[in-house]
Amino acid sequence: MSAYLLRRLAAVVVMLLVVTLVTFGIFFLVPKLTGGDPAALFAGRQADPAAIAGIRKKLGLDAPVIVQYARFIWGLVAGRDYADGADVTHCAAPCFGYSFKTEQPVWPLLTDRFPVTFSLAIGACVLWLAVGVATGVLSALRRGSLWDRAAMTAALAGVSLPIYFTGMLALAVFTYKLHWLTVGYVPFTQNPLAWARGLLLPWIVLAFLYAAMYARLTRATMLEILGEDYIRTARAKGLAEPVVIRRHALRAAMTPVLTILGLDLGALVGGAILTETTFSLQGLGQAAVRAISDQDLPVILGVTMVAAFFVIVANLVVDLLYAVVDPRVRLA
Amino acid sequence: MTDEAQAFLSVRDLKVHFPTDDGLVRAVDGLSFELSRGRTLGIVGESGSGKSVTSLAVMGLHGVGQYGRGRARISGEIRLAGQELTTAAPDEVRRLRGREMAMIFQDPLSSLHPYYTVGAQISEAYRVHHPVGKAAARARAVELLGRVGIPRPDRRFDDHPHQFSGGMRQRVMIAMALVNNPDLLIADEPTTALDVTVQAQILDLIRDLQREFGSAVIVITHDLGVVAELADDILVMYAGRCVERGPAERVFRAPQHPYTWGLLGSMPRLDRERGARLTPVRGAPPSLINVPSGCAFHPRCPYAELTAGASRTAVPELREVARRHFAACHLPVADRDRIWEAGR
Amino acid sequence: MTTATEPLLRATGLVKHFPLAKGLLRRAHGAVQAVDGVDLDVWPGETLGLVGESGCGKSTLGRLLTRLLEPTGGSVEFAGRDITHLGTAAMRPLRRDVQMIFQDPYSSLNPRHTVGTIVGAPYRLQGVKPTGGTRRAVQELLELVGLNPEHYNRYPHEFSGGQRQRIGIARALALKPRLVVADEPVSALDVSIQAQVVNLLADLQSGLGLTYVIIAHDLSVIRHVSDRVAVMYLGRVVELADQSALYAHPAHPYTRALLSAVPVPDPTRRHHRDRILLTGDVPSPIAPPPGCRFHTRCWKATDLCATQEPPLRELRPGQRVACHFPEGVEVSKE
Repeated sequence: MSAYLLRRLAAVVVMLLVVTLVTFGIFFLVPKLTGGDPAALFAGRQADPAAIAGIRKKLGLDAPVIVQYARFIWGLVAGRDYADGADVTHCAAPCFGYSFKTEQPVWPLLTDRFPVTFSLAIGACVLWLAVGVATGVLSALRRGSLWDRAAMTAALAGVSLPIYFTGMLALAVFTYKLHWLTVGYVPFTQNPLAWARGLLLPWIVLAFLYAAMYARLTRATMLEILGEDYIRTARAKGLAEPVVIRRHALRAAMTPVLTILGLDLGALVGGAILTETTFSLQGLGQAAVRAISDQDLPVILGVTMVAAFFVIVANLVVDLLYAVVDPRVRLA
Repeated sequence: MTDEAQAFLSVRDLKVHFPTDDGLVRAVDGLSFELSRGRTLGIVGESGSGKSVTSLAVMGLHGVGQYGRGRARISGEIRLAGQELTTAAPDEVRRLRGREMAMIFQDPLSSLHPYYTVGAQISEAYRVHHPVGKAAARARAVELLGRVGIPRPDRRFDDHPHQFSGGMRQRVMIAMALVNNPDLLIADEPTTALDVTVQAQILDLIRDLQREFGSAVIVITHDLGVVAELADDILVMYAGRCVERGPAERVFRAPQHPYTWGLLGSMPRLDRERGARLTPVRGAPPSLINVPSGCAFHPRCPYAELTAGASRTAVPELREVARRHFAACHLPVADRDRIWEAGR
Repeated sequence: MTTATEPLLRATGLVKHFPLAKGLLRRAHGAVQAVDGVDLDVWPGETLGLVGESGCGKSTLGRLLTRLLEPTGGSVEFAGRDITHLGTAAMRPLRRDVQMIFQDPYSSLNPRHTVGTIVGAPYRLQGVKPTGGTRRAVQELLELVGLNPEHYNRYPHEFSGGQRQRIGIARALALKPRLVVADEPVSALDVSIQAQVVNLLADLQSGLGLTYVIIAHDLSVIRHVSDRVAVMYLGRVVELADQSALYAHPAHPYTRALLSAVPVPDPTRRHHRDRILLTGDVPSPIAPPPGCRFHTRCWKATDLCATQEPPLRELRPGQRVACHFPEGVEVSKE
């Protein structure tokens, strides 16, 4: 197990480095090739060439690319100083630089926004796993029943309806018409109940899409597993059917669900952006959308890296869970 | 086969039918037999003869987890130690499973859960029926693992099935089946997935354990060699029915049904001179949806013409031809003896 | 068996290792030594049986002989020509002469193709126009293997297991091969059907002058079909002998143990037979034991067996064995 863990952790470090390299390349080198100048963007519209040159020097944009990348990585790890003669600005680690638009440091913006997106993603993920897997299992156990057919029809709808449609519909019905739920972010540490209430509607909307897919996946997997020889063995031992399902079938069914979950976590960030936009939540997605329209490179870079980091870590967690569920992975 | 009064397991006119879109599959269609403690019954037949379906019916495993369509229709009697199982509450049958009657399956790799240690799986089988703690269940599992010949059982307890060889896995299955001291052990093709040297080990083990535990054993197999090694009595199945039943020595020495002749003639044997040709059974096993009329074997039987049409119209009854030796065939017994002797 | 001076197929020092990847960097780390030094001649018109337990390398050897796999070492000669490392294109003309029949009649036939398409496929692949047209040729083949030629347009699922194996055989025979390698041709079939297919293979051999290599785990089937038998253990041939000699007086302890383990369909002999029960399992082909590979399970093994590998040498005409202390040969006590 520990060798497996080490191998996975080494892979994570390598992947993060690759992500920094690629994002850095895209956001700092591509504009240069196309003639755009980050310093000019930072300086704003009416800046004179002298000011732009000062900014360029201060941001270190005049140094060779390799040096810039090294400074960038060093800034992430240990912080860095932006110096223009005697005018020194210290940017504490992890330093993602300053927004071109607001001239504020990027990192506090990210830490401010990340909990919103994280809450949205994790809550939706838990909800869709619970609802999707439960629905799938029940459908499999009652194959051909009214419940099965209804659930699978709903699942088909869930898979085919886009988020902004279901999101708008939910807002229109539950918030504007019935006044049951309002949407808004309250930090979990401040008031867990308000946190859950404020995110419930986005969770449901985001989870609906995935729950539908997971219900279908779980149903198909369960049907296959219930026909396996080891399930027959479990029954032949005299185990009660609920125990057979819970202890023997469900654990085996978790493997394909986890595999798909690992793949979906990447797509989830995209889904979260759509959901945040629909519900006007001030999350990373919203920040990214605005930063893109402003060509605010440091913010785009920061959001991309945080999102990448989230996906990589989440995948690591999924892989470790996989190894916990299936001993053959760690014992191989 | 002893009198019904003494029989530990008694099956009477068992029918297992499965409704499908194509029609009713008559997997087992009127099967009867008895079995007492300490005896071994070998059920022989080819794929689709209904032998495995019979064993699952005795174990009460046909209805479990099935919902709605495709569910087996079971009728007839299955009595275990006097208790009628076909009409018993499902939960009552469940409590007998694993405790009074246990089963070994063909493929030990797919029959063991890949994610749990073998020790956990055996302990679980013990704890379903015994209110004991983990430590006691572990001790019992280790004891059984040692008994079935697994070296260093206390250390192998924590290994997963994929860490065992095929033969060792089948030993694990046997340990699991015997953990509750069942009175009836059903082994469904217990050695089919194993190599011949390992098969010899497992057959020896089953024989030893039966002597020690004194259970009633049903061995289900397509391999006449395996039944000859283990069984006291033999039941030959064809298309869901018993065509011949009797003491093993008699069935092998003087078989009474053309299908049994066919099985014996079509297998090459190491204990005889090598003949130039095998004598196969012509044609293929019938569909269980459209079972041939009369004797189900008649389209493949080389002697059907000698029955004056009876084999096509009437289902032959199982008749006693010698003491405890039954066969279901329209041919006159004298003809059968003559044909068998001539063919030897 | 015809008396020929040249073997149809000759394998010399044949080796096939499958590398294993392991560790942090997934580097090659040992190998499964599936076939590890096999010398074998197949003579025209004979049937050579390859027998052994799972993992002994018999199927891999079959695939090396037909060059479905490329050997790691050694050579394969077909009709005097070295085919060890021929590429796919260079092998194509040879595919007419060497055909393979597989175990599973269910998965080796494409369910979407009609029997006519399946059996006629070799003609299309080889660009051969049979005289009288493909359809007629296929129908003749179907008739040859005992199927109804009218069933030309049916699909594999409409046939029983035994009939599907016949389809596989018809396909293998389409190009009139000289050598047919059959890997467990009857083990997936019911007992009563096995005999039909075994008889069919025998009829085709005498009718078409075929040479067979038949691979099986069932010693009774191998005895029935073979002229000569090679017994394999952990990637090596341990005994190679005429069928009658091998079964009458097996020389290798492993062969003897194998034969004694076969259950005999005669309940009266159950209690009085001298069965040799081998202990333990076959060792891993990743790290086979040194010296004689069988020494870890052999009741006759000495220090010599643990250190020195016995070569396959002639014990008597028509019987070769790789053992320091072959059965039935008195060894002077040292």
